[in-house]
Amino acid sequence: MEAVVDLHDAVVLLGRFPALAGVTVTIGAGELVVLRGPNGAGKTTLLRLCAGLLPRVRGTATVLGVDTEHGARALARRVGLLGHRNGLYEDLTARENLRFWGRAIGASRAEQDAALAALGIEGRLAEVAVGRLSAGQRRRTALAALAARRPELWLLDEPHTGLDTDGRDRLDGLLRAAVVAGATVVLASHDLDRVAALATRTLTLVGGRVVGDELASVSPVEGGDQC
Amino acid sequence: MLRTALLVAGKDLRIEWRSKVGMVQVLPFAMAVLVLFAFALDGNRSTLRDVTPGLAWIAMLLSLLLGVQRAFGPETVDGALDALRLSGLEPAGVFLGKAAALAAQLLALGTLLGIGVALFYGPDAPGVGGWVVLVTTVVVATTGLAAVGTIYGALSAGIRVRDTLLPILVLPVVMPVLIAATRAVEASLGIRAELTDAWPWVGLLAVFTLAYTALGLLAFGPLLEET
Amino acid sequence: MTAGTTTRPGTGTRGSRILGVLALAGLAWLVIFGFLLSPADEVQGDSVRLMYVHVPSAWLAYLAFGVTAFCSLMYLWKRTRSLAWDRIAGCSAEIGLLFTGLALVTGMTWGQVTWGHVWDWGDARLVTTALLFLLFVGYVALRRLPAAPHVRAKRAAVAGIIAFLDVPLVHQSVEWFRTLHQSPTILRKDLDPQIDGVMLFSVFVGVVAFTLVYVWLLVHRNRVAMMEARLEAGGLEQALAERRGEPVGTAAVGS
Repeated sequence: MEAVVDLHDAVVLLGRFPALAGVTVTIGAGELVVLRGPNGAGKTTLLRLCAGLLPRVRGTATVLGVDTEHGARALARRVGLLGHRNGLYEDLTARENLRFWGRAIGASRAEQDAALAALGIEGRLAEVAVGRLSAGQRRRTALAALAARRPELWLLDEPHTGLDTDGRDRLDGLLRAAVVAGATVVLASHDLDRVAALATRTLTLVGGRVVGDELASVSPVEGGDQC
Repeated sequence: MLRTALLVAGKDLRIEWRSKVGMVQVLPFAMAVLVLFAFALDGNRSTLRDVTPGLAWIAMLLSLLLGVQRAFGPETVDGALDALRLSGLEPAGVFLGKAAALAAQLLALGTLLGIGVALFYGPDAPGVGGWVVLVTTVVVATTGLAAVGTIYGALSAGIRVRDTLLPILVLPVVMPVLIAATRAVEASLGIRAELTDAWPWVGLLAVFTLAYTALGLLAFGPLLEET
Repeated sequence: MTAGTTTRPGTGTRGSRILGVLALAGLAWLVIFGFLLSPADEVQGDSVRLMYVHVPSAWLAYLAFGVTAFCSLMYLWKRTRSLAWDRIAGCSAEIGLLFTGLALVTGMTWGQVTWGHVWDWGDARLVTTALLFLLFVGYVALRRLPAAPHVRAKRAAVAGIIAFLDVPLVHQSVEWFRTLHQSPTILRKDLDPQIDGVMLFSVFVGVVAFTLVYVWLLVHRNRVAMMEARLEAGGLEQALAERRGEPVGTAAVGS
């Protein structure tokens, strides 16, 4: 089966600093991979590279069969990235944000509303301007926007931060369902206890390179709601 | 592409409607500029009447600078720019949508400015032919300004010193618009010119607008790619 | 363009030295023609000699910015995208500013001597030159902002094309500014007096000489820029080694 993410000795510079100093890793479909490592190890950079947002100066990087040098547009709707920021418009309501982002990638209204509901943003909450929501509620909205597009590859950068227990449970359910449906998930996290139950594989990143690659000893519990 | 443009334009205008920056900040600024000019020029009614078109367009240009800084404001606040890159929306469509939204806002501003000018500077009302020239001039010139403004807005989205850099970038470029639009409006109002004198100027404005709209459509892809 | 040899300091090579000699010869030729062999103008006297510097300067300014615009296009086009185009565009713009400044100063001096005042808003060419200067000052200022190489290159390329597209529009609007419905009896002492014969040839000599100077400056400025780029790239190996040597648990820049 064709690899979803295929990197060989990829070097990515942020300014002059080599955030990624030669990453080699292959990730197949249906995997749920956790990235761990100290601050500054390059986790965020790796995720952004896979999204096609960063140029690389050395090595190769192919995502879903497409060279990442072609940029995010080439990967277009097949990849979803949730970074540290939420990517929402503060003056619009949660529902309006979903309408815009949903229409941008071709998700139907039903899918958009279902995504919001799955993350617990419903009713009057969905009609409040995002700027007035709490950080956790914004995060949920951003996750809903990501879920609505049903990407083949989910790239999440510390998605659990800011979420309460209910939010984290919903997120975990979403991820499990996505993997069951055939998608691939790569998420960076410091919350190792929680993600240990989810992950099929753990990559450890230090100094811009992969120094550890472990498969989960027990396959994660399946189940959860369909999104 | 048009679908994208409509989607983006709608979104921008809705954000503008919610935040009301245009009404609450830019319009008073433009009015203040006109008042300053009236004081500086000693408030002599006949003098003011003759220089009205030039001053009105200067007020428009200064308001354009504010508009350009805001053009990508909503995108940069919460990382929506990345989401835009990943959304698969074609850059040309995004450009068209954003430029259209900016043009609409500038047109609204220009109309209100025109009313204010008519009341306080007191130029004579134009005849039917004069109205045609006036409206055509304002529409074409504003569209051209919006096109250039949107390109520079994207170009400067990541720059921190852009408040001081944008004037030196934008103002020299739009100088022909200032000259042409002022002369055309003078001709439409019969200030030191015949009505027929206006058409070469309108032609120049049309060339300006077409040239920069074309450039925007072509160059927006690379501009949006930058990280 | 051959790279400089690494054993000697400086950016000279045999090719560029020959070019330099030719440029100097051209300038000498210009001085001879401009000051000695061409006559003073009947109307303007010796001040017309300023034209031998002013006109070539203006031509070179347009050429330099044209090169910038062309290189910007080549950079933006995906098939030929390479930082070399961006580098040359930047170098050419800097030199172009030099020539534009020279054209402005000589133009204003000529104006002072001929009209009695330094500036005339009705003179299309002088005003266009001044705006050209402003346009590319903005361009150079934009280039100086710190950013990743490709980010800076894209910004500069688009700004360069915008600026260059504007030039004919500016020229046309300033020219029509005064003349469009003005009575034709208004006398304007043009910055392009009727010149022919030896005087025209002197201008031509000026253009050739200045072009040689431009190319020489461009070659050297570009080599300096290439060396700067090489210096940055050379630091990469060092930085990679340091990065890879990071022990588990340290905090570093970026994530």
